[in-house]
Amino acid sequence: MPEKPISRKSIPIVVIEESLYEVKQKIYPRAVTGIFARWRYGMIFFTQLLFYGLPWLSWNQRQAFLLDLVQRKFYIFGLVLWPQDVIYLTLLLILSALALFLFTAVAGRLFCGYACPQTVYTEIFMWIERKIEGDRFSRIRLDEEKWPWSFRKLRTKVTKHFLWFLLAFWTGFTFIGYFTPIETLKDTILDMSLGPWQGFWLFFYSFATWGNAGFMREQVCKYMCPYARFQSVMVDKDTFLVTYDKVRGEPRGSRHKSADIIALGLGDCVDCSICVQVCPTGIDIRDGMQYMCIGCGACIDACDQVMEKIHYPKGLIRYTTERAIDDSSSNQSVIKHILRPRVLIYSTFIFLLSATFVISLLTRNTLRVDVMRDRSTLSREVEGVRIENIYRIQIMNASENIMKVNIKALGLNDLKILNSQGNEVRELEVGAASNQLIPVKVSVMIGQYEPGHYPITFETKAQEFKGDTVIARVRNEKSSFIIPR
Amino acid sequence: MSDFIGDGWTIYISFVTLVGIVWCIWILFSHRKTKIILNEDGQVTDTGHVWDGDLRELNNPLPLWWMWMFLSACIFGLIYLVLYPGLGSNPGILGYTTDNSLQESIEAANEELKPVYAKYMTMSVEKIAADPKAQEMGQRLFLNSCAQCHGSDAGGAKGFPNLTDSDWLYGGTPENIKTTIMNGRSGVMPSFSYLGDAQIQDLANYVRSLSGLPADEIKVKQGADVFKNSCVACHGSEAKGNQLLGAPNLTDKIWLYSGSEATIIETITKGRMAMMPAQDNILTPEKIQVLTAYVWGLSNNKPKVGQQ
Repeated sequence: MPEKPISRKSIPIVVIEESLYEVKQKIYPRAVTGIFARWRYGMIFFTQLLFYGLPWLSWNQRQAFLLDLVQRKFYIFGLVLWPQDVIYLTLLLILSALALFLFTAVAGRLFCGYACPQTVYTEIFMWIERKIEGDRFSRIRLDEEKWPWSFRKLRTKVTKHFLWFLLAFWTGFTFIGYFTPIETLKDTILDMSLGPWQGFWLFFYSFATWGNAGFMREQVCKYMCPYARFQSVMVDKDTFLVTYDKVRGEPRGSRHKSADIIALGLGDCVDCSICVQVCPTGIDIRDGMQYMCIGCGACIDACDQVMEKIHYPKGLIRYTTERAIDDSSSNQSVIKHILRPRVLIYSTFIFLLSATFVISLLTRNTLRVDVMRDRSTLSREVEGVRIENIYRIQIMNASENIMKVNIKALGLNDLKILNSQGNEVRELEVGAASNQLIPVKVSVMIGQYEPGHYPITFETKAQEFKGDTVIARVRNEKSSFIIPR
Repeated sequence: MSDFIGDGWTIYISFVTLVGIVWCIWILFSHRKTKIILNEDGQVTDTGHVWDGDLRELNNPLPLWWMWMFLSACIFGLIYLVLYPGLGSNPGILGYTTDNSLQESIEAANEELKPVYAKYMTMSVEKIAADPKAQEMGQRLFLNSCAQCHGSDAGGAKGFPNLTDSDWLYGGTPENIKTTIMNGRSGVMPSFSYLGDAQIQDLANYVRSLSGLPADEIKVKQGADVFKNSCVACHGSEAKGNQLLGAPNLTDKIWLYSGSEATIIETITKGRMAMMPAQDNILTPEKIQVLTAYVWGLSNNKPKVGQQ
């Protein structure tokens, strides 16, 4: 149909006004028990034990895991990473992205359902809410109560928010504890001497936890999280997803327990809507795969309980693939599709990258050397006998042990290396996780070489004293030597 | 405000800025509806703009949150322009400048470092020079503030004196060094071009002979006379220099600008103008104290020749 151009003047007189925004429907997920709920609680317990506990561990009289942004040193147990080691962060991020691709290709949004902080804190906050306000229906009833509130409503709301606040504050505090020593942070909070930035971040993270886990909840997953939007390019026909078996379930309908479903022409779905009631994002899984589904498996647990009660086989909603549903084949027969090219490619990359990551971390040279040639003095004649060039040598000890360092200049005949006082450069002692800058003069005999640039190498040999053992470290750093005309 | 910006520019920029903000607010005001308006057929009205035959621009209202953000940005902009420099050369009522801000950071850092330096203010320079911690600090100060000219090893460069030998243009006592660092120095050697090429060449040969460098005997003799007439005022009759004037000793084989005949001729013909900038208002007295000790130590801490 050819669209005729509509001009502004042709706007009709009759107009109907309509609100632009979708009104947020508050979701009251019902409590659920079952195998996936147990997995979810297990993962919450594990991740939070790690998150809340890690900053309190110590190692070598310091915090075992500390990302010290002020000193720009990152302590991870026995490892001290410097800003120069940022490549490891890059590798780690690439690995995480690949792992996300792999998990999504195999089993959808596993991360969302079980490990994402948004889900985890929502789950914890909802657990508190449930303990204080009761399950789905009592929460709905409580919220329907109009102003003025009864004392009971006031009491439950105040208690809930108080507990939420405590948890949010503790979460913010723990988070800051990853970046500033948590023991001193605790003391500064106790005697109210918190710095402005620490205070800001503490408030910010507490507020974000409280708001995101208490109020925003599924809105974050639906509207803010980019993962939901691009997951569809990472799943395919062979990805295991929380799926409603429409072949088995439809046509849905309620029936008496003893009714003959074949005679009634009904599928296995009794249309009890429990799967919708338990869903933390408030969707109906029976509508097929949706970007809002975070793959938590709550509907599987809920549906299995119903199926059990009415003596139907379990698994009307289950983890399965699109291919399995379409071909009505069993999970066993589709499992061999797991090893498809994209999964194999992701796995190979993950394996290679993790191997590189681990090997390079284990063999990391903790001695670093930087040579800077003086720019103002290209070269200088000393008492008519030698030609001298000046360098600054920066020696960095990225280990937690003392290092003894010897420097040699190589590459030209009879290279002599002296310190600013004109003495032999002696063995230097560089303290643990610190650096030292030493200006040196390097010289050769006059007339030995034609004027020009000559490449030279500073060979730095260090002994790292790790307890009783001595580890030898070597670093060669290139520079150039200038002989003037 | 820099000279680049005149009054006319200030008025012009202020006008453009304010009109811009007012225009933004006006645009927002003219689009302030919050409801969708539907046609009779249930379709959203459009602006009448059509592209590619069937792409219509729908006349949906702006999202409310976006509208509020936009308005807050306009208000923020106006408040900012009152408080901070932004409207042409108007300095803003808070009086903020990047220069002040830098100065404040430096003062705060100096205040923080005061306890570290405190003990050195009461120590003599000789004692500080023997303190390894102070030497480390001194070296860092030197690398930051002095090494650009004098070299990382303090060995100097052409026109910039070597600080590690025992030859001093203005004296090598701790007091002299401190005065040099604080107030700076300007060493001026006037031009003697009026002497003429021949006399200058004689003079150069004489000066070379003072340090025992090879020179033409006849020219040396003639140069000695020229020296007596023209140079003794500053360099002294024995050519040992004068530390009060910063006139160098010409007999010690140490050359600020090289001892070749050509360079010496150049120095005499054109004169020299050397400048050590004053550090008085750049470094704190504490830093100057530690730096003095470091520089003094460069030539006094080394093992004396003959005592080895």
